[in-house]
Amino acid sequence: MTKDFEPLIIGFTCNWCSYRAADMAGTARLKYPPNVRLIRLMCSGRIDPSFILKALAGGADGVLITGCHPGECHYLEQNYKALRRVKLLKRTLAPFGINPDRVKLVWASAAEGVKLAREIGVFVEEIRELGPLNWPARSTPEINPVVEEVEEVAG
Amino acid sequence: MSDKPKFAMYWAASCGGCEIAVLNIHEKILDVDANFDIAFWPVAMDAKYKDVEAMEDGSILLTLFNGGIRTEENEHLAKLLRKKSQILVAFGSCAVEGGNPGLANFSTKDQIFETVYSTVSTENPDGVYPQPSFEMPEGTITIPVFEPVLRTLDQVVDVDYYMPGCPPESHQIEAVIDLVIQVLEGKAELPPKGATIGVGPSTCCDECTRTRNVKKIKEFRRIQLVDDIDPDLCLLEQGILCVGPATASGCGAKCPTAGAPCIGCYGPAAGVVDFGARMMTAVASVIDSRDPDEIDRILDGIVDPAGTFYKFNLAHSLLRTGNATWNGK
Ligand code: SF4
Ligand code: SF4
Repeated sequence: MTKDFEPLIIGFTCNWCSYRAADMAGTARLKYPPNVRLIRLMCSGRIDPSFILKALAGGADGVLITGCHPGECHYLEQNYKALRRVKLLKRTLAPFGINPDRVKLVWASAAEGVKLAREIGVFVEEIRELGPLNWPARSTPEINPVVEEVEEVAG
Repeated sequence: MSDKPKFAMYWAASCGGCEIAVLNIHEKILDVDANFDIAFWPVAMDAKYKDVEAMEDGSILLTLFNGGIRTEENEHLAKLLRKKSQILVAFGSCAVEGGNPGLANFSTKDQIFETVYSTVSTENPDGVYPQPSFEMPEGTITIPVFEPVLRTLDQVVDVDYYMPGCPPESHQIEAVIDLVIQVLEGKAELPPKGATIGVGPSTCCDECTRTRNVKKIKEFRRIQLVDDIDPDLCLLEQGILCVGPATASGCGAKCPTAGAPCIGCYGPAAGVVDFGARMMTAVASVIDSRDPDEIDRILDGIVDPAGTFYKFNLAHSLLRTGNATWNGK
């Protein structure tokens, strides 16, 4: 039904791994779909559920969070924290009528540009399958102010 | 009528508890009477909406508005009282953030009516559902339309001050009344517009006397199923889901002091963007596990995360409603 629907995805990346992986994917001219707008955090542990909720309420169809592999966090433990937060958030989304699969956590090290590019591609297709979210109570009709706002709270 | 300033209080989608809380300030209520003319207060005196409509704009000095906006009537009165009042206070958690009635935003209007008018606990053999208008031999009679979502007062009109609590505590109401009287006497100034009044500056945990150590838990437990609660230790550390970490101080940590977890009636503490998000963060930090399966097992102990994290705040959260609700019939 939604074959010509282009999903809009907000990606939160960690400065130490996945952001560099995305950078590497870019430098190596690896192709990944243009649907994802990346926001750099200092660590996946900086992800606050409110960033994800804000993105969804503001018009994103999916949110991707990427962090260092378990055991490899620059700040030791923070990616486990991200894991627990994302798991709990997904459980909270169901009664809102938001498919928890719209939020995805992926591990990617700084060297895994290829893996990250592939994961982004997979996620875009998964969201395309789910169709647009079109959050009805959205506060901002345009995604760009949302990116700015999310960047603002993300600091 | 005397030339005393005018006071009004109104209830929209609320339980009546806020009204009781104001009457519950004992002899302080006499100060209200000494300093104000009660212009409109349906719970305390007879008045007609048309009397309010006939008042000059801005002629009421202070209106305490409690309850969320669920019906056309609620909305009409919110707009009317906004016009007639110099100071409009969202009074109590329902007006401020939707409160308990706001939890209905997880359900569509059809689902709500179904529950109210046709589930097993309802005696409604003829399947009567309320109709917004009905033809009678005498003419058309109407009742206010039930709107698709519950909105907070500030989602409908401009609000001057916010006073949370379910209901606001007596000592906080007294302090606010004292302040208003001092302002009338020229001895004090009003807080900046948009301020939250009658709350403390930090979180419920800050007012709580229970001992906090390093929170590390392997299991969530429902308080009614536990009989070995340590009376002095933080409830969250004992695996009881207490939302004190996200809740504004102001009540004196009443519930944890009495042995029950805070359920968040004082609303988000200063700086909290989304109450539920703050609680998700807090809960994720106390879980003592790095193993995905074990984390899931621990999280299974939280029976209704959305209802627990948004018990008072759904209508004012980032998402505001369930997906089907907004356009739902
Ligand atoms: S979590 Fe609850 S019991 Fe623990 S300190 Fe905070 S308010 Fe008190
Ligand atoms: S402890 Fe929490 S739920 Fe209880 S009165 Fe205080 S703010 Fe409200």
